[in-house]
Amino acid sequence: MSSSVLFDAPGPRGQRRNQIIAVIGGVLLLALAVLVIRALYNNGEFTSAKWSPFGQWSTWRFYLLLGIWNTIKAAVAAVALAMAFGFVFGVGRLSQNRAIRWISGAIVEFCRAVPVLIMMIFFFGIYAYNGVFPAAWNPFAAVVTALTLYNGAVIAELVRSGVFGLPKGQAEAGLSIGLTPSQTLVQIQLPQAITAMLPALVSQLVVILKDTALGTIITYPELLQQAQNLASARSNVIPALLVAAALFIGINYLLTLLAGRLEARINRRGHTAGAAIGRAPTVPGAPIDQGAAAAMTPHEARDAAAKAGPQDRV
Amino acid sequence: MKISRFAALAGAASLAVGLSACGGGGGASGGDSIKIGIKFDQPGLGLNDAGKYSGFDVDVANYVAKELGKTKVTFVQAPSKQREDLIATGQVDLIFATYSITDARKEKVSFAGPYFIAGQDLLVAADSTITGPKDLDGKKLCSVTGSTSADNVKKDYPGVQLQNFDTYSKCLDLVVNGQLDALTTDNTILAGYAAQPAYKGKLKVVGAPFSEERYGVGLKKGDVELCKKVNTALEKMVSSGEWQKAVDKNFGPAGFKVDSATNPPKPDACS
Amino acid sequence: MGELFAQFDVWSAFGQTLYLAFFSAIGALIIGTILAIMRVGPVGIFNKAGAAYVNLVRNTPLTLIITFCLIALHYQLKIYLAPEDSPTSIVDNGVRWAIVGLTVYHAAFVCEALRSGINTVPTGQAEAARSIGLTFTQSLREVVLPQAFRGAIAPMASVLIALIKNTTVAYAIGVAETAAFMRDGLEFRPDLSFLIFVLVAGFFVLLTMPLGIALTHLSQRLAVKR
Repeated sequence: MSSSVLFDAPGPRGQRRNQIIAVIGGVLLLALAVLVIRALYNNGEFTSAKWSPFGQWSTWRFYLLLGIWNTIKAAVAAVALAMAFGFVFGVGRLSQNRAIRWISGAIVEFCRAVPVLIMMIFFFGIYAYNGVFPAAWNPFAAVVTALTLYNGAVIAELVRSGVFGLPKGQAEAGLSIGLTPSQTLVQIQLPQAITAMLPALVSQLVVILKDTALGTIITYPELLQQAQNLASARSNVIPALLVAAALFIGINYLLTLLAGRLEARINRRGHTAGAAIGRAPTVPGAPIDQGAAAAMTPHEARDAAAKAGPQDRV
Repeated sequence: MKISRFAALAGAASLAVGLSACGGGGGASGGDSIKIGIKFDQPGLGLNDAGKYSGFDVDVANYVAKELGKTKVTFVQAPSKQREDLIATGQVDLIFATYSITDARKEKVSFAGPYFIAGQDLLVAADSTITGPKDLDGKKLCSVTGSTSADNVKKDYPGVQLQNFDTYSKCLDLVVNGQLDALTTDNTILAGYAAQPAYKGKLKVVGAPFSEERYGVGLKKGDVELCKKVNTALEKMVSSGEWQKAVDKNFGPAGFKVDSATNPPKPDACS
Repeated sequence: MGELFAQFDVWSAFGQTLYLAFFSAIGALIIGTILAIMRVGPVGIFNKAGAAYVNLVRNTPLTLIITFCLIALHYQLKIYLAPEDSPTSIVDNGVRWAIVGLTVYHAAFVCEALRSGINTVPTGQAEAARSIGLTFTQSLREVVLPQAFRGAIAPMASVLIALIKNTTVAYAIGVAETAAFMRDGLEFRPDLSFLIFVLVAGFFVLLTMPLGIALTHLSQRLAVKR
């Protein structure tokens, strides 16, 4: 439903009223921004001493770009491992075997329930205390482990709901030509589910990228940590945080755009019978889950997914 | 086709993991090269600013390495939590990283030195009247999470309010601007920050240390031979005046007076 | 186990987490609803402002937002949410600014959840409301939002669960909640690592799982039958 149905196209009086509201609102928003900037200015946060480091190549080379690289490194490693984890346990939850289903379910639900930061701190402690990895790797390993477990659980749910989101006819067709249930899953359902999942996977990358910033708490030199190191060396905490925020927003915004493009492309090609899965239900049995999705016609399922959109990734 | 594209994606991702895995590690070094663990984020002690290493720990490390006949020095970041691990697994040969000699740590590593006696102290605004922890009752103190220094103050003066951050740098502006009254940690670290150009003349180290931190050189447990060599180098550094030069260069600008009753220290016997 | 409770103030850490979660959830619900109304409303600049807010906030790490709240807004701009001279000023301000940060961040997600809820309301409903002469506010209040809230329960539940887990990020500005206990625990009692993890993980599992199940159940029961 487009939001414009909520109200009539405003008439002359309505338009004037909206314009007045717009002006007042705009002025208020602007005033707020000016107030904040002025206060920061008065505190000397906009002196050239604090901002000039960002004009130097070495700042980017040794701090910010290095931080971005470490952020991406951890995010990509986590995505790869999370996909493996997600597939194993997502398929596990679809298994014919009750025990496998139950164990996979328990692991997935557990990993979704525990905060990423808690897992990071825990694994960092474990790795550092027991010397599992070379010490220099500990923060990286802890960041990747924690991100893998949580996002792997989310992807497991994507896999599961992706398969459930397919029209029943797909599985029935597979079974009727004599494939076993697991053959049907591997050869017919999963390939379609994966295509449908791709946009959701990319937007999951945004979540992972943002969550690498938690690594700063266990001294992983990702972007935020590097910005703080820069702040230590050049005494410019606020500018460094602002620049880090801008970089994060820029990178994630690009990824979000990419996810949108991918989704549009997949929808247009219509290669798959399934809907693009807009979101991972982070709740056991959220709408696009088994029951609801199974009951939907493909058309409805696609609509529901399109409506939900890739928004509610927190 | 979709599968293959997906597989390519996964392949690229795992390649990236493989690449990242090549970043660190390596065994202990021999010949004329040596790996030394230092802090990368402590101005005045061990700072890696855009690839340039500076600070007191770095100066001492370079001197000792030279005396050991090592011409190729590789610096490795040694965050506090990982120092024992770095030594035990041979990723570094020596550690100069504000590494206080304690009995608990001696169970895992051996120490040469000490090469400096620091103490937990307070950093305050230049015009502050605070002269020690006793003035902090009801005041606002900044520190980093997990620091024993803040705990020490809090134990004796429960009225003090504590703001914890993950890095000291976040405390500094707040102390300068007067929103917080003091920052506490080792006086060496405090002096390093106070000496930064942005804070020159705005911050001072109180100079009433309330603990004794004996900075040692971490090395592999039981390596008495190396320990003795390092101690010899340290003694030579003091007698040649290089030690004093390093102190003046790194702590001087902050107006931080090194406690000459305890400094320069005599190295402990190796065991 | 007893040792842990004797050495660390586990209960107050858990309590702090609950406190943060409770107030941030209320805050995020209020701000998120306002944002959602701004985004679907007739005033163009509010649409844009709402969209800008959501896009900015959603793409910024929470750690950064919370850190910025305390350092820039509280300490630099001297906005005190608790009296400056109170003996617990730092703790109170830290907790309250953490709540502000959590609220600001999750409001963006609440807004999107609500919008997806609004999207579940069939066009006919809004058209019917308009055709009987209801204004924008009336049709929102009487027709669209009541259904939208129900349709939004499931995505809102995800947001709420994420919010509960995200309270741990308040640790970055020194709030003594569960992650702080975890860190201290591992620091001083590495021998009890697993026990500490099981305790903390169990706390979050107990907190989020029943909530997830209950809210899913609720969303199914309240779902507008069509």
